[in-house]
Formats: sequence, structure tokens, C-alpha cells
Amino acid sequence: MLVDVHAHFYSDRSPRADAAQRNASRLKAGERIGISYHVASILGSWGLRSPTYFPSPDDLTHANAALRALIKQHPDRIRGYVAVNPNFTAHALAQIRAGSAAGMVGVKLAASRRANDPLLDPVASLAGELGLPVLHHIWQNRRHEWPGQEASDAVELCELAARHPRVNFILAHIGGGGDWLHSLHVVRPVPNVYVDLSGSGVDGGMLELCLSQVGADRLLWGADITLCTGWAKLRYLEHILPAPDLEQVRWRNAARIFPPTAFQGD
Amino acid sequence: MIDVNAFLGGYPWRRVPGTSAAGLLAAMDRTGIIEAWVSHLPAIFWRDPTEGNEWLYDTATREVRFRPVPCIQPGLANWERELTTAVDRRVPAVRVDPTVHGLDPAGQSMRRLAAACGEAGVPLMMAVRFEDGRQRHPNDRAPELPAAAVRALVRSSPRVRMLVTHADRGVVEEVHWSLTPEESSRIWWDICWIWGPPEDHLELLLDTIGVARFVLGTGMPLRLPETPIARLDLLDLPPAERAILEHGNAESLSGKPV
Repeated sequence: MLVDVHAHFYSDRSPRADAAQRNASRLKAGERIGISYHVASILGSWGLRSPTYFPSPDDLTHANAALRALIKQHPDRIRGYVAVNPNFTAHALAQIRAGSAAGMVGVKLAASRRANDPLLDPVASLAGELGLPVLHHIWQNRRHEWPGQEASDAVELCELAARHPRVNFILAHIGGGGDWLHSLHVVRPVPNVYVDLSGSGVDGGMLELCLSQVGADRLLWGADITLCTGWAKLRYLEHILPAPDLEQVRWRNAARIFPPTAFQGD
Repeated sequence: MIDVNAFLGGYPWRRVPGTSAAGLLAAMDRTGIIEAWVSHLPAIFWRDPTEGNEWLYDTATREVRFRPVPCIQPGLANWERELTTAVDRRVPAVRVDPTVHGLDPAGQSMRRLAAACGEAGVPLMMAVRFEDGRQRHPNDRAPELPAAAVRALVRSSPRVRMLVTHADRGVVEEVHWSLTPEESSRIWWDICWIWGPPEDHLELLLDTIGVARFVLGTGMPLRLPETPIARLDLLDLPPAERAILEHGNAESLSGKPV
């Protein structure tokens, strides 16, 4: 079993003319890699009608519905995060409740509000109540503001995680740019923060540091928007990890933090 | 497989495992790479990067699977001598990293070097970057190699052949489509930074630009060498085209019989 905890798809509401092609490419590559489940989100309209990292409630409603429809088309391959914007609390909570009732398995927070902001508390509380992990977009060691997003770093995510010790949080794409070593030092003592290995970064030494700082029991395999780098990291892990640890990273850790019914055959 | 883009020695900006010759050979064995074109990584950042060349030649002499890619710094008075030595040693390429050396990447000294490499028949290797710009050390401020410099250099001399590493789709396309077919036929690109699915940049570039222009490069040990190989495994390439990418183009570029 192999679970990609950080996948994305596109809906018809996208600025990309090739959205369907990209979705098909992910599924095709997933078959070749051996991905059992793509745990995915759709980030609103990806900028078509509202910014990718500040999606409007209307775009999120559409995106979450589109993802549920995609799951219905591929019930054996796709699982879904409910993507929400915490600036719109009532909408976010309603989306999470509706999504959970419809079988969505997690909550996705991008970069609409900093992770340690009190506005994230009701979202995290509801995720905990429903037994859903929260995947949070992270800029590894953000040193300044970046345009187009209100990016959080590991320090801010860990503040939120400390306020919600019974909720599992996923620190997004440790290979997604930025200083991953900074993040690993931060999350090391925070047991309810898991590290997803996705991102285009394939730095030599990064996986060794993930293992030494966080440990195989808190690492989750993922790809984000570069399946090739995800597969490369998996191939390297096959060389450096004993089989039981590799199984944890491939899927067992994911099976532990997502709802019990999320993955068949686990 | 031939990896045209590998390094030996430590990196000044962070700790990297596997930088010794033994470490690189282990990575090559793990991934099925038979031959690696290696540069001396620390020397790239020295005031005189050519001071690492003797060590590099010595190391490559002792390990047949390594082919040395020495540094040339055209802003130093010894650059012609270093180039002559490199040619005498039948290196597959020489490298220059102008932005790291503080040189104008398309300035007079770079144009002189490009022309001399063309006359000598040795490819000129240049890296667009070494690391993702978002993660670089706060004091690691050398600009990335701009596409404008690549096209200026290839236009500057009718015989220069260039091997550009660590380029992404945007750089490749900007350079390729800004050149005449004859000019672009003198540039080769490694695939270490060109994304696979679902964005499928590599598939697109192989379709639009063609397999003749691309070579296998990993950037190891700064980057996992599994990456470009995984990219190839995610393509539906006929075996003959894959062989061209894995070693055929590199052999042609370096003058080895295909």
C-alpha cells in the first residue's frame, strides 16, 4: 500500500485549459508508481475567480464538490481533504461538516490566515471532533512575507498544534522550498505534527535529517505537484530504511491519523 | 547511464552526505549510473576555482568511472592555461559559474572563454543554480544564471557547444525558442530540474524540442540521483530514445563513440 497524503486535482473552475489532462496525468503516473490512494484537495479555483491561497467561499464550495465528484469517479484511488478559508468561519465549519459526512478524510488549510491565528481554533477543534487530520501549507522557515499568500512556518503550526494536542497536523511539503532543516528542528518535540515528504526538493541529506529529527513514525509520503520527485524520494527511502519503517512512511502512519475507514485493506 | 552533472567534495552552504568518491560511487551503483562527469564542488566557490582542478584530475585518474569537469575562471590570468590542460586531458567538458565568481555571465571574459572552448572543441558547462532559490543560505546571494546569458554566449561564437545544467522548463524554452535552429543545436540540457507528471514538463520538452537536446544529469550528491531516472521511468519512451537520453547524447557531446 502507498498513500500520497499531499495531492491536488483541478476542477472545471480553473485558469488552466489543460486541467483535465493534469488530473489524468496524476492518475496515470500514480498507477506506474503504485499509489494506492491520492489524498487530494482542490484549492478553490486556482486563481481563476479568487486567489489560490485566499480562495473565496464560493470557489471552495465548488472545489470541494468537484473533488467529491472526482472521488465518486475513482472511489478506489482518490480520497479528499475539505479545503477551507478560516477567514470565513461559518462557511469553513459547514464545509468540514458536510465534507466529513460525505466521506472526506481531512481538512486542508492553505495560506489564507497564519497558522497560529485564533481563527484557526474553531477549524482545528472541529477537525479533532470529527477525527480528521489537518494538512497545513507551510513555508519552511519563512523569513519575510511572500506575495500571494499569508504563509505559515513550522513555528506557527506548532503553536496551533500545542493548543490542540488531540488533533493531528501535517506539515506540508518539507521538500517544497525553504529551509527544511529549520522546520525539522521545530517539529521534533511536537508529537501531533507529522511531516509530509512532498515537494519538488530532492536535496541530498534532507531525508536523513527527517529520519533523525522526526523519526519514521511521523513521516508521511507524498508528492504534491511533482510525482517524479516523490517517487525519487521513495526509491531512496527503500535503500536506507528497514522494511517496517518503510511501511510506516508508505502508508501505516497515514492509516493511523486518517479516519479508520479512509483506506481499504489497511 | 552517464550522469553529466555530479560533484565531489563538500558544499559550503550546508552539510551534504555522500560527497566523497566512495559515496558517489555507492550512489552510482545504487542507481545504475556507469559514468559520472564530476566537478569539484568546493572549488566552485573559491576565489580561484582552478585550484581544485589538480585534485579532480588526480581523483578521476584513480577512478575510471569518473570523468573530470574542471573549473575555468575567465577573469583570472591562468584561464587559457587551465583550458589547455583540460583539453590535453581530454575532459568531456569544462565548467564555469560566472555569477558565483562575480563575473558578468555574458561579459567579455565569458565570451572569450566561450569562443576558446569552441575553438578547442570542448563543451562549456554552466549551471543555472545549485539549490532551490527559496532555501538558499541567507549569505548565498549569487544570482541564478539568466537565460539571456546562455543565448548571448551561444550566439557569440559559432563553434561553442554548451551544456546547461539545473535548468527548468522556463529557462529551456526561453533559450531554445530565442535561437536559430543552428544555434540551438549547440546547446544540451540536463534533466535534473525539469518536472515530470502531472505537470509533464519533460514530456512536453521532449516533444517540442526533441530528445537530441537533452542528457541525463542528476546534480548528485546535492540532489537525489533517483530523480531524473524516476522521470524517465514515468515517460513512455521507446528504448532507443531512452538510450539517447541516458548516454547517447552525452557520448556524442564528449566525443566518445556512440
